[in-house]
Amino acid sequence: MEQRGPDASPHRRRLTGLVCLLALLAAATVLSLVIGTRALSPAEVWQGLFGDPGGDQQLVEVALIVQTLRVPRTVLAVFAGLALGVAGAVIQGHTRNPIADTGLLGVNAGASFAVVLAVSLLGLRNPLEYLWFAFVGAAVAGVVVFGLSSLGRGAGNPLTLVLAGQGVTIFLTALTGAVALGDKQALDVLRFFNAGSVQGVGWDVIFLAGGFIVVGLGVAAANLPAINLLNLGDDVARGLGVNMARGRTMGVLAVTLLAGAATAACGPIAFLGLMVAHIARWLTGPDYRFLVPYAGLLGALVLLVGDIAGRLVVRPAELQAGIVISLIGAPFFAALVWLGKFRQA
Amino acid sequence: MHPGVRIGRWSWVWRPWVALVTVLLAAATFLVFCVSISVGDFTIGLDAVLRTLAGQGERVDEFVIMDLRMPRALVGLIAGIALGVSGALTQSIARNPLASPDVLGITSGASATAVFIVTASGGAAIGSAVGLPAAALAGGLLTGFVVYFLAWKKGIDGFRLILIGVAVNAAMQALTTWLLAVADIRDVARAQAWLVGSLQSRTWTEVWTALWLTAGLVLAVLVVAFHLRPMHFGDDVAAGLGVRHGAVRSFLLLCAVLLAGVAVSAAGPVPFVALVGPQIAMRLQRSPVPPLIASGLFGALLLIGSDLVARVVLPNDLPVGIVTAVIGGPFLVYLLVRANLKRPA
Repeated sequence: MEQRGPDASPHRRRLTGLVCLLALLAAATVLSLVIGTRALSPAEVWQGLFGDPGGDQQLVEVALIVQTLRVPRTVLAVFAGLALGVAGAVIQGHTRNPIADTGLLGVNAGASFAVVLAVSLLGLRNPLEYLWFAFVGAAVAGVVVFGLSSLGRGAGNPLTLVLAGQGVTIFLTALTGAVALGDKQALDVLRFFNAGSVQGVGWDVIFLAGGFIVVGLGVAAANLPAINLLNLGDDVARGLGVNMARGRTMGVLAVTLLAGAATAACGPIAFLGLMVAHIARWLTGPDYRFLVPYAGLLGALVLLVGDIAGRLVVRPAELQAGIVISLIGAPFFAALVWLGKFRQA
Repeated sequence: MHPGVRIGRWSWVWRPWVALVTVLLAAATFLVFCVSISVGDFTIGLDAVLRTLAGQGERVDEFVIMDLRMPRALVGLIAGIALGVSGALTQSIARNPLASPDVLGITSGASATAVFIVTASGGAAIGSAVGLPAAALAGGLLTGFVVYFLAWKKGIDGFRLILIGVAVNAAMQALTTWLLAVADIRDVARAQAWLVGSLQSRTWTEVWTALWLTAGLVLAVLVVAFHLRPMHFGDDVAAGLGVRHGAVRSFLLLCAVLLAGVAVSAAGPVPFVALVGPQIAMRLQRSPVPPLIASGLFGALLLIGSDLVARVVLPNDLPVGIVTAVIGGPFLVYLLVRANLKRPA
């Protein structure tokens, strides 16, 4: 869309903001490669990435750390953060519900339940195999919660959505616990999956999830103009010639692909999408063509910084990224509640 | 018309249907209680159970019943009453049928401290009749206070209370997940068994503690609850009728938190009893609001009945929480669908 006159300046400001976010993300990426149980200097990281270690034992070790540990977790954090951030913003746009968050809606519990079933009943041990189950579990739970809370005329009531999500979560958590009780191996997989970690995930899983996420981002991007119009209300949007069924389907598809892939690869990470969608709205205003990219970059940034913080706070142990994000996200959510950002429909 | 009844300062309306339902519920609860005692590794006839309860049973029966089965059934009875009354209170105060102590974070707070005690003590706390329940109670109380404190903004409002509860709930779950992720796998299995909610191997010590606390709290609630009914018409009407609604609400909420804490410390976080009990009792009594006594009775009936099902029908001695989850999940769906279809545009 061509922009002229008074509109041009806010657009330039928003584009500048986008560039700033990219710069911050780049800085965080460097930090993520440098910081860890064993601190490396940027020069060492460079060496480990591109240098030829030759016979030097020290350099071989550095290369090993950088290439097999730091790079994969950094890449995954960026991808998953991008996915959850965009999914959060898209879901809020479609539901016009400021409380919508993929983690709060039972998606996480659905993924956990599917994983424990796959491990316990089918004996799967390889994350690449149970990734598919997590994906399907997340998608089914999300669609069920949304379907339930938007039946009849209940759509858009923040409280109904949250309580439906909580109820489904309690239900699935109990069933998950029951399955895990009888199977120690499933329990062991489950407790690490539940923590939501970007660490120790193989390239095979990252590539697979990354593929889904790229497709999801494409669908979300194509959906952006429709979200802006859908936000004016269904009747107005229809009047302006929006194909409602197509718009909604694309939104659901994007959210499912993004949140499903991120959750399957890292495990449950709650509040991230909600948090960055609110920050993004505060920065850009309600135009979803900017809000969504902002939310995506913020998501990547917050997840990456959360992961780095998790490596630092309980050294030499690590706090998983999902737990760090929950512990940041819960107070953030409470603050939004307190400020009256959510209103009863 | 229903005649009024007056005893001293207290007066209420005589409703035959309400009285009948309450009596029937009490009878059903007692019946299931007796069946629960009679069924086990070897069955004791109901007549023998009744004789033993009256103190005229045979030696063998008396040992099996009084030492082995009675504590379990009694803990189920007491925890069920506590959960039912607690749920009726939170649902009344938040004016939302889905607002149960599970959603308000009280349960997950108790769970977090209980898991901490189990994993920190290397599983030793599981056998103790004092340490674990006390820790769970303290955790539930503390979380309840945090939720109350954070939700306070010139008074307590149901909408804010639920959302703050959701936030605190998430933070507590993140803590629990982390504790499980770093603990020894054997302790994780023990903690998980507790987390699903179970009535297995209870002792008389637990019965007495839970009994006194619950009896005292329910009595206090019943006395103050005379002011609860006008509050369903809204704060202004209640104030006009001479109810100090702020103080009454705070006191009843405190009692709800305490009751839920006592129940969870005795039986673990059994899901959905506090949600389902009051709602079914309300429908049975054709009451517009969750009735306190009937809610408690139905909670007890649900918990003991579910425990009976878990023991008799399910394999592997699965805990009671599974059964209540399977009952509660679909019921939640029903509540959501109904609420949504009913709400005007």
